[in-house]
Amino acid sequence: MDIVTFENVSKTYRSGETTVTALGDVSLKIPRGMFTAFVGPSGSGKTTALNLIGCLDQPTRGTVTVAGQAIGSMNRRQSAAFRGKHLGFVFQDFNLLPVLTVHENVEYPLLMIQDLSKAQRKPAVEKVLTAVGMADQAGKYPAQLSGGQKQRVAVARALVGNPALVLADEPTANLDGATAQKVIDLMKRMRDEFGITFIFSTHDPRIMDQADAFFHMEDGRLKDDAATGGAS
Amino acid sequence: MIKVMSLAIRNLLRYKRRTLLTGLLIAVGVLAVIVFTGLSGSFKRAIVGQITDSVLSHLQVHKKGYMASIDNLPLDRMIPEKPYNKLSGILSDTRGVAGFSPRIKFGAMLSNFAQTTNVRLNGIDPEKELTAVPLLPSRIKDPKDPDVLLAPGQVLLPEILAKGMGVGTGDTVVLVANNRDGSVNGMTFEVAGVVESLMGPGGRDGYLHIDDAAALLRMETIEISEVAVRVTDFDALTDVAGRINQVLSPMVTPKGQPVFEVHTWQQLTPFYNVVRMIDLMTLGIKIILIAVVLISVLNVMIMSVYERVKEIGTLAAMGTQPSRIMALFVAEGFCLGLAGAVAGAVLGTGALWILNLTGVEVAFGGAGQVFELAPSVAPGEVLSACVIVLLVSVIASLQPAAKAAALEPVDALRHV
Repeated sequence: MDIVTFENVSKTYRSGETTVTALGDVSLKIPRGMFTAFVGPSGSGKTTALNLIGCLDQPTRGTVTVAGQAIGSMNRRQSAAFRGKHLGFVFQDFNLLPVLTVHENVEYPLLMIQDLSKAQRKPAVEKVLTAVGMADQAGKYPAQLSGGQKQRVAVARALVGNPALVLADEPTANLDGATAQKVIDLMKRMRDEFGITFIFSTHDPRIMDQADAFFHMEDGRLKDDAATGGAS
Repeated sequence: MIKVMSLAIRNLLRYKRRTLLTGLLIAVGVLAVIVFTGLSGSFKRAIVGQITDSVLSHLQVHKKGYMASIDNLPLDRMIPEKPYNKLSGILSDTRGVAGFSPRIKFGAMLSNFAQTTNVRLNGIDPEKELTAVPLLPSRIKDPKDPDVLLAPGQVLLPEILAKGMGVGTGDTVVLVANNRDGSVNGMTFEVAGVVESLMGPGGRDGYLHIDDAAALLRMETIEISEVAVRVTDFDALTDVAGRINQVLSPMVTPKGQPVFEVHTWQQLTPFYNVVRMIDLMTLGIKIILIAVVLISVLNVMIMSVYERVKEIGTLAAMGTQPSRIMALFVAEGFCLGLAGAVAGAVLGTGALWILNLTGVEVAFGGAGQVFELAPSVAPGEVLSACVIVLLVSVIASLQPAAKAAALEPVDALRHV
């Protein structure tokens, strides 16, 4: 069962008088529960692919299906609702809310998006914070945390709503090698523990080797379909 | 709603200095409105009270046409005895009338046997006059008998003339007046006191007994220039005036002209324009408050959105609905306005309390009369200032909040 499918997907932008092709006629499938990476240099189209999977953008041509839903037909409100229900995000710069504590940052999706009660939120937050090893830091603010700790909180925030899919755009780019490895290990462990599909982008060869499957992108196209491991 | 407010307050506290300065600016605006409203309101009450309670009373009834030439104190537009008696009965029966006083107003020559000058005089029935203008005794300096306002054969001279002619209480003066037919009469009077000047019409008039006025003008029967009427509830003045008008308007001359005309204090004194000007200034201060709140909240919210574009993108990416993002920013503006309004209301009422303790004296008018003000503000006025601030804060937040809600997450996340 595929959680993501691209069928002849293209994405073009207007930049002044010229048209830039960010993705050109890409077709791919990503099965559920995979630890999948989009790899390639800057400008290769991996972030565009993640944005399309994350319903943050819409394809110019072709069909993107995520968790059984064609995202091209959704309006802003429906996209937001879909993201809140099915997707989790981990960002390169962590993007934690500085005014909220670790606990409150992780609680945010349940409180402001899923509108769950406190009785429902508390055990869910504690569960994921324990899983990422940040339960003892729950009362701290992001400014009091190291980069690795922030990214673990970001992973916890992405997982807390029990999404079908977590998207991570260059999650290790701002971390040193050892910390980056810890974050990758954490994400793989979360995949195993929670059965959630992880899709991330990276240009770090040490990280891409640890993916179950990867899509090598260059100039908006899949470079080598044979290198996709379990994905196709 | 509580969670949105809670997050909004935290975001405001993120920029403590900016929030404090903006809140302070709003608070100072509310403080200014409350203090100005309190001071101007008490100033208005003091002056209107002084004018109506010691000179004009609340409304006056004249023979139709008298007001058109009131400056000449015409003797040919008097209310004869019979219509006055009828009017007197009507006023006694009118609900809301506390008292009324007939007056004979005329011009005369005042002599201290060495100098002569013009004087405007009111012939009054002292007992009735006190029911219409109870503060008149408070204006009399050096009264001959503090318990008696005026006795037959006595005159109360306006301060400015008494000073100029060197006349004081107990002195004898001569009053000479022309009656309606042009014949001259003179009578001697004892000065029973000096009347403090007050701005506005009648503020520099003298007083004598109504019987003496009739004798000086050689009236065979008493004719009245005006009837000053005091109402029991000042706020119901318009209603009482309307009721009196309703009863008097069917009374017409054989030519079909109305016999009487009724004027409230607003139509009798130019000070009403000052009152209106004070009201306009109060409105002006409120408009300035609106501008201050609008500009400061708008500025803070625009800055807030600009500085948090990436954060807005994160919220949107996680699935926060645009309407909730908008609510977050509107709530920030609302909380900022609320904090400023509450602080301003506390500071404003505190300032009025201090002003009441220390006392505020204001000199007004050519006569240089000093009024001691007791500034106070109705709770409704404080509430209205706070509501204005809250409304304007929300309105000022709408545009930046809408802009935040409309940000495309993919663009916002790229923002550096």
